[in-house]
Amino acid sequence: MEAVLDQFDAVLKAFGYTALLFAVSGVFSVLLGTLLVSMRVGPIAVLNRAAAVYITVVRNTPLVMIFMFFQLGAGKVWNLLNFQWVDIHIGTLDFTSFFTAAVVSLSLYTACFVAEALRSGVNAVPLGQAEAARAIGLPFSGVMSQVVLPQAFRASVPPLASTLIALLKNTSVAAAFGVLEAAAQMKIFTNNHADQRWGIFIAFALGYIILVEVVSLFATLLERRWRIA
Amino acid sequence: MRFIRTKAVFAATALALSLAACGEAGEEEGPVDVEVEENAAEQFEEGTRMRELAEAGGVKIGVKYDQPGLGFKDPASDIPTGFDVEIAKLLAADLGLDPNDTSQVEWIETISDNREPFLQDGTVDLVLASYSITEERRAVVGQAGPYMVTGQQLLVKSDSDVESVDDLQGKEVCSVTGSTSLENVEAQGMKPVGFDTYSECAEKVLDGTVEAMSTDGTILMGYAAQNEGELSVVGEEFSEERIGVGYSKDYPEMCQWINDVLTESNESGQWAEAFEGTLGASGVETPEFPELDPCPES
Repeated sequence: MEAVLDQFDAVLKAFGYTALLFAVSGVFSVLLGTLLVSMRVGPIAVLNRAAAVYITVVRNTPLVMIFMFFQLGAGKVWNLLNFQWVDIHIGTLDFTSFFTAAVVSLSLYTACFVAEALRSGVNAVPLGQAEAARAIGLPFSGVMSQVVLPQAFRASVPPLASTLIALLKNTSVAAAFGVLEAAAQMKIFTNNHADQRWGIFIAFALGYIILVEVVSLFATLLERRWRIA
Repeated sequence: MRFIRTKAVFAATALALSLAACGEAGEEEGPVDVEVEENAAEQFEEGTRMRELAEAGGVKIGVKYDQPGLGFKDPASDIPTGFDVEIAKLLAADLGLDPNDTSQVEWIETISDNREPFLQDGTVDLVLASYSITEERRAVVGQAGPYMVTGQQLLVKSDSDVESVDDLQGKEVCSVTGSTSLENVEAQGMKPVGFDTYSECAEKVLDGTVEAMSTDGTILMGYAAQNEGELSVVGEEFSEERIGVGYSKDYPEMCQWINDVLTESNESGQWAEAFEGTLGASGVETPEFPELDPCPES
């Protein structure tokens, strides 16, 4: 435990990477997931099937494989995919190819789960809503954005929160792929202070619990606020 | 029809597997002539761990599987190769166990992260996995030796302009997550990037994502030898790593035994042979045998 307290700034920085990985991939996966679910329930058969295939393939691939693909494989297939063009530095935090590849992997993976959570929400919206929206002359995009999706989001807050919590914990996979986030920092600590393994482990577990609690608190607030539908 | 096709696939797979199995024949025995001690159990006092192991006829040794020249396991062979492994074989032979027989010496892969827990819970009896001796580690496990002293260097692409740490200030340098090397990278003003294995790091250097990887010179030499003409080791050593043998604190008597075997291997020339046959293959001169730490009083 002393090691953790002595180098607390390193711990904060590591959890900073974790939180940022979560935030950035969270935004991207919700956006991509919304797009996927619109394709999935939309009237165009090709898009419908394409979304279904994407979700089936990516959802059934282990996250580590997706990371490995973007870290070690994709760059060899297409040069742009090695992400070496990303070079952003904010304060002491660096966002380079490793961070970008992690965000891409996490977003593409989590988007599938977001899409499926949202689809359960879409199914919960009574059919009459979509029919009524069409009856007043809204095109498909209007039906989705004005009528169906707002209700679907409300209905799927609990499964979405679970998906995002899973994403938060999945960021630890990035430890093995060049991002110095919490799990990687923990490995460094346990390696250097073999005599304090338990304290270090508990400290980092606490850090994750705090982050997850923040996410679930936010979810509960949203759920309460949106209850009157 | 479908049934026949399925059968054909099975047959083809079986054929491919049996062909692969053929590749295993002709096991190499390593560069050092290891003489297995006879009646080994009797040379140890009653009640010591060495006697227990010798009588049980089996020892479990933790080594790395991904460091060419030190501890490396070819998927096609049962026994890893490298300098660490050769030293481990000498220790096993002193217990009267045949190191080329996997029923007597069981090789277990250890990574930087699990070496102490494996020793503490008895998953392995000995660790020879480029295991740097540090005060913190000695608080939880025993470390005898060192049997080699090395230092951290840089591995870069052969056509790179990088000559020393000064050329890499503020740049990303790869190493293994949870190793001492990664910490030193940061201390030297470079930005640490951690991967799970050294081979992934070497991959990242080869494809140009990072300019260099850094860890013990001995490990880097192995990669330079494996990718001759593409990767080379540069710069002065900027740290001192003393590589030792890990054993469980429950058996402090093992320390003196390990030191005795190491001293003996130096006198008989086997230590130098082990180096020449493994790391020396990349054209490195055989260093002096390091001075061993005295064993803690038990």
